[in-house]
Amino acid sequence: MRAPFFEFGAFGNYGALLAAVFIGVAFGWCLERAGMGSARKLAGQFYLTDLTVFKVMFSAIITAMLGAFWLGRLGFLDLSRVYVPETFLMPQLVGGLVFGVGFVIGGLCPGTSCVAAATGRGDGAMLLGGMFTGVLLTGLVFRPLEHFYMSTSRGAFTVPQLLHVPYGVGVAIVVSVGLAGFRVAEMVERRSATSQVS
Amino acid sequence: MNHRRSAEGAPYSNPYLTGAGLGLVLLAAFVVMGRGLGASGAFASSAAGAVAIVSPDRAHASSLFAGYLSADGGPWLEWLIFEIVGVSIGGVLSAWLAGRLHFEVERGPRISRRSRLFSAFAGGGVMGLGAVLARGCTSGQALTGGALLSVGSWLFMIGAFAAAYIVAPFVRRAWL
Repeated sequence: MRAPFFEFGAFGNYGALLAAVFIGVAFGWCLERAGMGSARKLAGQFYLTDLTVFKVMFSAIITAMLGAFWLGRLGFLDLSRVYVPETFLMPQLVGGLVFGVGFVIGGLCPGTSCVAAATGRGDGAMLLGGMFTGVLLTGLVFRPLEHFYMSTSRGAFTVPQLLHVPYGVGVAIVVSVGLAGFRVAEMVERRSATSQVS
Repeated sequence: MNHRRSAEGAPYSNPYLTGAGLGLVLLAAFVVMGRGLGASGAFASSAAGAVAIVSPDRAHASSLFAGYLSADGGPWLEWLIFEIVGVSIGGVLSAWLAGRLHFEVERGPRISRRSRLFSAFAGGGVMGLGAVLARGCTSGQALTGGALLSVGSWLFMIGAFAAAYIVAPFVRRAWL
């Protein structure tokens, strides 16, 4: 059997929704285990007191990236059938900037706010409500944003294509950056721990 | 300070191992579904569905909502809505087994409960705008697109972290 299973017709739309629940449960479990449902812990990333966000995110990205690369290499996973989020340069850069402002004010992101709210945190529930309101209002006044939203489209455009290097080299670059980042993160955390003791 | 623990419940797990576990979940989504994880899409699809109930004309007039409304099975059978329901269940299960399930409002030592709730709502609203523009959030762009090496996803990630670090000193009172 070849993967992606859904893409090759192993199950239908209702099976896909069932898979969504199971994958979601595992996703939520990991987020909660790592403490990503705690706004104060996440905010620590931006004051360099707790770099859990970076460590969890990059461990996850590296693991999934290596897995996809090798499963593709072995011929098990047809990567051309895995949906790569399309690139729209300016909307994604500006959207990222706006998102970052909201992130440090609110302390949680959309996924982690669901974990926070579900585990009893009132701030998580408020953030969830704010997020829903923000998306709803943006959708209602979408027309003036539409032109910008569709601008600088590059389709499925990857880092290896941007740098004109093979897929494996792109993967190796991200792994190296991540591993270097982990070392720096440990150093930064040690430094901020000692500076707060003294 | 570094090893701050919740007053109740077990300490959180190792971030590298848990992160690798999260990566395997993301990989499973690639293998099983041919798509990654997400969160903000669930909000967008349910917002489209909610607006369509109140005013179908207004919902269809928005090209953002129209996309979700014309999807197979309509806006409420969006894959990400089911995934997000799962996320909430998984979070509860994990917190319950670790003894971390309790009602609270998490806030810094210098911010009132009311201000914290307000800033959580405001932050969520701003993120809603950002996630719409970027076509995703930390899950759909940073994790999923990051692992698939999408240029736009990495731009989103760089933008989000840069803005958060720039704004952090101005909202220090809320956290430290």
